[in-house]
Amino acid sequence: MNIFQHRLASGFVASIAIIVCYISFTRQPSDAYLFPRVISVFFLTLALWTFVKALMGLSKVGNGLSAYMFKNMLPGVLISSVYLFFAAKFFGFYSATTIAFFLLLTAYDPASYSNINSWVKRIIITACFIAIMYTLFAKILVVYTPRGMFI
Amino acid sequence: MDFIFYFGEVFTLTSMLLLIGGTIGGLIMGATPGLSPTMTVALLIPFTFNMTPVHGLILLGAAYTSTVAGGAVSAILLKIPGAPANIATTLDGNAMARKGEGAKALQLSFIASLIGGIFGVFLLIFLTPILAKMANSFGYSHTFWLAIIGVTVIGSLEAGSVVKGLLSGCIGMWLATIGFDDIQGVKRFVFHPALGGGVNIIPALIGLFAIPQVISMFAKGRSQNNVEQIKVKKHPISKAFREVFSRKRAVLIGTSIGSLIGLIPGVGGQIAGLLAYDQAKKLSPEKQKFGTGHSEGVIAAESANNAMVGPSLVPLLTLSIPGSPTAAVLLGGLIIHGIFPGPTLFQQYPEVIWPFINSMLIGQILMCIFGIYIASLAARVAQVPQFVMAAIVLGLAAFGSFAVQQSMGDVYVMVVLGTMMYFLERFGFSAAPLVLGLILGPIAESNFVTGSLISTAQNGPFVYFFTGGLNILLVSIVILSVGFSIWSEFNSKRQSQ
Repeated sequence: MNIFQHRLASGFVASIAIIVCYISFTRQPSDAYLFPRVISVFFLTLALWTFVKALMGLSKVGNGLSAYMFKNMLPGVLISSVYLFFAAKFFGFYSATTIAFFLLLTAYDPASYSNINSWVKRIIITACFIAIMYTLFAKILVVYTPRGMFI
Repeated sequence: MDFIFYFGEVFTLTSMLLLIGGTIGGLIMGATPGLSPTMTVALLIPFTFNMTPVHGLILLGAAYTSTVAGGAVSAILLKIPGAPANIATTLDGNAMARKGEGAKALQLSFIASLIGGIFGVFLLIFLTPILAKMANSFGYSHTFWLAIIGVTVIGSLEAGSVVKGLLSGCIGMWLATIGFDDIQGVKRFVFHPALGGGVNIIPALIGLFAIPQVISMFAKGRSQNNVEQIKVKKHPISKAFREVFSRKRAVLIGTSIGSLIGLIPGVGGQIAGLLAYDQAKKLSPEKQKFGTGHSEGVIAAESANNAMVGPSLVPLLTLSIPGSPTAAVLLGGLIIHGIFPGPTLFQQYPEVIWPFINSMLIGQILMCIFGIYIASLAARVAQVPQFVMAAIVLGLAAFGSFAVQQSMGDVYVMVVLGTMMYFLERFGFSAAPLVLGLILGPIAESNFVTGSLISTAQNGPFVYFFTGGLNILLVSIVILSVGFSIWSEFNSKRQSQ
């Protein structure tokens, strides 16, 4: 399993290196790609070295990712992705942050879902966090965040 | 002795408020396991945009200094090092706390940090201008090689595997070429409109250091983190001072090892603390007491990791080569304020750099005072559940990245780079060389291209980049650092077999 993961990770890096090298040596004007060409040669050499090592089962640095960890992180990664890539523009930055923050707390809080106190605690933490963020970014730093249905 | 003339700027109301805020915030962040000094400084950079360069750097410097020291709080009271630099402190610090000497251990660690830190900043004050003068004679080829040294040294020392460390550096250098080419104005590697302006350093820094932490907190799932906090009993501070001064050998070993390690790019505080602890143990007549709650262990480890902070900025400010990953993030902070470190830094920006360095001196004293008095509070904050911390860091990362250019593109860059880095880290890649490649890439490219143009009118690129005493020395450093790391890796593999 771990060997397969190493192959997958190094294969991903090697494929990026191949694309970078291909673009660097084929695009014009060549002067603009002088430095990328030098870098991409080293990039490709090291990436292929790592990939070949992984293919031969010699790549052992790093613990990889267990199914347990993957299962645990999935809700968090999904909530974060939806929040940043879609909800932030659709609902507005602050509204989306509030929803995502509350969902993350709910998904990862070890307290029982039938416990009313834990729900109240999550709502209070979310409200405090958003209040601080709003004061800091909207009022003090005057950052204009995207607005959607709400702010 | 130029630095004396710039103390006035540090003692203004705004500077002092920032110093105090940065120190207290840094101590609390440092005490929180999972929030490393590097991540803290990266998350703070967006807050410095509206500040003057001096104030921004004072805040970042205070946070850097105090997060390293703050890590000792959780190391002593919770047996969880706040940062890798505090691993050695856990060995004797927690044992002392279990014996009912928690307050004493905290006081010793902050006093030792103060001594080590002040010595380190004095080294920074006196060594930096000397090195800067030497570096004044550098040409394009030398600056190019210096940038390459920065990436290869950290690349070969930071990651678990030399090849993967260097590969991370290459990825960083490639990322730096995305966007418009400076000389010809050609669009390069722009695969998405969000990359049109290139990869902005700040969202990249936030993503590379904060997002992997957030995902690893998610990966722990809905687990309870029942960490036992040891209650702190009162201990007179005067006794702690007397104890530190009676343990001169531990202070001396910690301070000298920490300072030396800080000067070597890429080695970092973790090694400084552990090496100082090991040497203090070897040279102590009370060897058997180490690990059972011996004050010398805490003093040596903490004086070392704080003595490393100042010297880690010497190669950064003079040669643009950061001495530690946190120094690499500070380099990003300098660049966004339009300050490019290098040999002429002290001639161009004395009104920014000297107050920044002086503030680190004052910051050490504040760190010791606040550290001693708010340690228990910091330990309580350190017990904030990991899932709350993950949500807070994600929110801060999103707002911080957006605030840079008020662009969602930066948020996408932050999240994509951060997620990619989490997975790559699980396979032995490292964020530090990647960040250095990203920061030093443009410096390397502009000097490489200019050098190449000059060399075509002279004797060709080989003669320009590979001949001359200084070029040969710099190329040798690149080869030696990579060679040494490969040899060390090979040796440790052989020993483990």
